[in-house]
Amino acid sequence: MDQLLQHLLNGLVLGGTYALLGIGLTLIFGLMDVVNFAHGEFYSLGAYATFAGLSLADLNFFAALGVAIVCGIALGALTERVLLRPLRGHSIDTVMLVMIGVWISMQNGELLLWGGVAKSIAHPFPTSPLTLGGLSLAPLRLFVLAAAIGLVVGAHLLVHRTRLGRAMRATFQDADTAALMGVRIHRIYTATFAIGSGLAAAAGALLGSVFIAYPSMGDLASLKAFSVVILGGLGNIGGATVGGLVLGIAEELGAGYVSSGYRDAVGFVIIMAVLLVRPSGLFARAERVG
Amino acid sequence: MRRTAGILLALVALTVPFWIANPYFLHVVIMAGIFGILALSLNLLLGYTGQLSLGHAAFFGIGAYTSALLTLRLEWSFWPALPAAVVAAGIAGWAIGRLALKLRGAYFVLVTISFAGVVALVSINWMELTNGPLGLPGVPAPELGSWSLRTKTAYYYLVLAGAALSYEVCRRLIHSRIGRAFVALRENEPLAESVGVDGTRYLVLAAVVSAGMAGLAGSLYAHYTRFVSPEVFLFTYTVTMVIMVVAGGKGTLAGPLVGAVLFTVLPEALRAATSWQWQMLAYGVILVVLVFFLPRGIVPTLFR
Repeated sequence: MDQLLQHLLNGLVLGGTYALLGIGLTLIFGLMDVVNFAHGEFYSLGAYATFAGLSLADLNFFAALGVAIVCGIALGALTERVLLRPLRGHSIDTVMLVMIGVWISMQNGELLLWGGVAKSIAHPFPTSPLTLGGLSLAPLRLFVLAAAIGLVVGAHLLVHRTRLGRAMRATFQDADTAALMGVRIHRIYTATFAIGSGLAAAAGALLGSVFIAYPSMGDLASLKAFSVVILGGLGNIGGATVGGLVLGIAEELGAGYVSSGYRDAVGFVIIMAVLLVRPSGLFARAERVG
Repeated sequence: MRRTAGILLALVALTVPFWIANPYFLHVVIMAGIFGILALSLNLLLGYTGQLSLGHAAFFGIGAYTSALLTLRLEWSFWPALPAAVVAAGIAGWAIGRLALKLRGAYFVLVTISFAGVVALVSINWMELTNGPLGLPGVPAPELGSWSLRTKTAYYYLVLAGAALSYEVCRRLIHSRIGRAFVALRENEPLAESVGVDGTRYLVLAAVVSAGMAGLAGSLYAHYTRFVSPEVFLFTYTVTMVIMVVAGGKGTLAGPLVGAVLFTVLPEALRAATSWQWQMLAYGVILVVLVFFLPRGIVPTLFR
């Protein structure tokens, strides 16, 4: 029983960051119709930026996390402005090929910059775990969970409670009408991609400090983000949150009770199973926005 | 004119080992041939039906493992193992086609990626069958009577035959009713279905033929390098195939072959000057640049 609870707790920590990844992608994929295979690269960018902030710029851990998120937002905005805006109106497959190109470039750029050896990110938290009954949780993981929850709530509020969020939702419901109402839709697209990328970078910075940073970490992150989005339904932030938690817990349980070698297969199986059984996502009503 | 060019090209292809004496160059040409088959196979899906498979390395790997396991464990000869590899990959293609038949575009891509991911994890974790990450060494070279096709020259002709066969299969398919149905589905699926084209049936057929061809390439690869490991499932292979097809010209018969030769020879030529990481970085940039500036690919741009 304790073991089960421990797995659930670990899954929750993992799932919180998957939710961040998923929310970022669900905004980009579900709302902009960009099949963003580079999403995981913004995740690894977050991890490496944190590492760079700590080891090169000598920042404190929390400042480095902030820098990582800003890097994700900035590079996301740049990518959207330079590569995606000229292709607006092109077929979804054309854009997908470009994002595959970005994915390969970013990953191998990282490999060149940092080398193939994994980097571990130093953090200020004590390593001895907090225990409660039979459960234990490293303070770092507790912080990661709290930060993830904070960011998820922040994203919800941003999309549902702010002017920008309303403009985003309007643009995605009907870009032409929104433009006629005075929404500057190009800016909205740039902002959406930047926010999505920033969330991915945050997820990478957080999980990167729990595990390690290595150049190909983005591959699995992309696929996990896609499985979260597919679980939750396109463009559905609430769905992505639940989807992230489901994936995180399913992976922990799969690794704990089936075989740790197949941990990463859980995401793949979820993608295939959900797409085959309920292509609109487990929590989707009809396709919806926001 | 076309005919003369074709005959000339065939003559060149048949005499390659006579004017390329350097075994390393011949090796590059053999790899170009194997990748040519892979590019033709991917093009059948991406170029003609418009569905991108990012799991093509899985079919390649299934072909390679099937052939290697049959010859190593069951001591089959290469000649029945080769078609068995084609069939095994074809069955995988059928399963994926059947499963994903309702999905298009991005969702099809995701199912193929996931499939490749699961297959790769199985190849790493199922130690008893695949020997895990250590791979299967000592895959035998094909034998023809008492004659072993161990030499590069002999293997070149084997790969050439495989590539010619794949090209011919593609050509006949494309110029038939079936090929026209593929293109019709790519251009406008509802319209194609309204005139009686069974979308599902044709997409599954394209997936089976495409996967089978990738399996053929896998088997040829396994018996050429004589070693198979989970690396055959590397995503790099899929990316390379995509670049070859997009650069050469998707939806053309010659495009994938041109792309395959270009992107096998070019990296080898640049190998002295740059590292492997720079090459992959360049691949990504090239893909982006191609989409912006040469969206139709080399062949359609040159011969329109």
